[in-house]
Amino acid sequence: MEKELRLMKGNEAVAEAAIRAGADGYFGYPITPQSEIIEYLMEANPYETTGMVVLQAESEVAAINMVYGGAGCGKKVMTTSSSPGISLKQEGITYIAGAELPCLIVNVVRGGPGLGTIQPAQSDYFQAVKGGGHGDYHLIVLAPASVQEMADFVDLGFELAFRYRNPVMMLSDGAIGQMMEKVWLSPPKERSRTVPDWATTGKPPTRERNIITSLELDPNRQEIFNEKLVVKYNEIKEKEVRFEEFQCADAEYLFVAYGTSARVCQKAVELARNQGIKAGLLRPITLFPYPSKQLNKLADQVRLMLSVEMSAGQMVEDVMLSVNGKVPVYHYGRMGGMIPTPDEVVENLKERIKGGR
Amino acid sequence: MTEEILIAGFGGQGVLSMGKIMAYSGVIQDMEVSWMPSYGPEMRGGTANVIVILSSERISSPIIRHFDTAIILNQQSLDKFEQSVKPGGVLIYDGNGITRHPERKDISIYRVDAAEEASKMNSPKTFNMIVLGGFLKVKPVLTMENVIKGLKKSLPERYHKLIPENEKSLLRGEEIIKEIQKF
Repeated sequence: MEKELRLMKGNEAVAEAAIRAGADGYFGYPITPQSEIIEYLMEANPYETTGMVVLQAESEVAAINMVYGGAGCGKKVMTTSSSPGISLKQEGITYIAGAELPCLIVNVVRGGPGLGTIQPAQSDYFQAVKGGGHGDYHLIVLAPASVQEMADFVDLGFELAFRYRNPVMMLSDGAIGQMMEKVWLSPPKERSRTVPDWATTGKPPTRERNIITSLELDPNRQEIFNEKLVVKYNEIKEKEVRFEEFQCADAEYLFVAYGTSARVCQKAVELARNQGIKAGLLRPITLFPYPSKQLNKLADQVRLMLSVEMSAGQMVEDVMLSVNGKVPVYHYGRMGGMIPTPDEVVENLKERIKGGR
Repeated sequence: MTEEILIAGFGGQGVLSMGKIMAYSGVIQDMEVSWMPSYGPEMRGGTANVIVILSSERISSPIIRHFDTAIILNQQSLDKFEQSVKPGGVLIYDGNGITRHPERKDISIYRVDAAEEASKMNSPKTFNMIVLGGFLKVKPVLTMENVIKGLKKSLPERYHKLIPENEKSLLRGEEIIKEIQKF
């Protein structure tokens, strides 16, 4: 079957892609700017066609624990929310990471802290990449920059989640969630009927009991488990780094940006080059694992890097760690639901080049 | 070819749906498109705006500050966005309720009195199609045939009986748009 072309909002693309990816269950609770996901799924009613369960839970906390339960049974399950709702889910997320279960969590980020605003932001980078919940764990974090990628990363997210038995977060934002673009949808996949060997589906006489837990009271054994996680995260860092380079080959100045900011910076690269400034863009697609090696390599080539984010400056810390002092690294950001325009990004780059702050 | 368009007016004027029809038509015409709305409380009254980009190439930023064409449907939006038209660009506005008219000298200005016309035609809901018809006359970036197809795509089937009325309004918009200033 061929791919199907549609004009969709990013949120709708996530919902449709989930059905097509053969997801077994969606558990969510509405919140702006991502309510179209659950609305679309309710309307599509995939239970009648693929058998996918769609359930509006009584709260975000309930939804993530339903995901925990579904994942424990070896099912392809997901939840979506926006910033305040994702904060509520953090306990469940760290338990799922601790129990080494696969699932997909989508955060369509809005401005914070607190209830903040319903307009787009990227201020949940630290929460997604550095923890969010407690304990030494990592999510695999995918950052879509288009409606197409919001669709594509559902399938990719599930694939990575099951490959590493690790929760995957798609870190989007209100702009990509709400905007409409063309999207090529993959043909629907059948829901999988095979049960992973670790899933808790009732003990047959032929094997030992499967236990899903994140509790280990013996510190020696807990440390062995933590070391096992570190090995897994290192493997992920080795194999799963994804990024896109835009006009980097001869770049003297580098923007680093993901998601909506990366789209803005792409235009900024064009504008800067029209003015004779050799700018380029590195767009991390995975935020964990981070494209540190590539940035470090580019640090030998460019004169400075400018991290552009819709935050007070969060990803910029990872850019700095990556280049380890080789070149100056700056941050430019808008907050509170404001989106930087390509012109103001170029102006900021020019100030940095002149030797401003 | 790239056409960067802003449509701004009151919530309920059909600003977002007009943009949506443009986007659908663009897809039918094999263009790259993006439709970036203001959302949230703005959809529930107050002002609403949407940025539509139609292009033969991959669209970089869906968020921009300067537009080839601004379609302005109330005074607040005119005050806010008159300066956002690129020099040499186009501003189209509906004169209904406008007390301070556009003043820029470096752009082309067109006026389409769609609100008045819609009420004359006894078809207030197709107001936005009169505006769109006017736009297409000035900027024929989409063919009328594809716009009608886009309309069908964007309207739920139960409203398809209204398509002839919409089509009439599109054609009426083409007729009534007036050139105020040519740059």
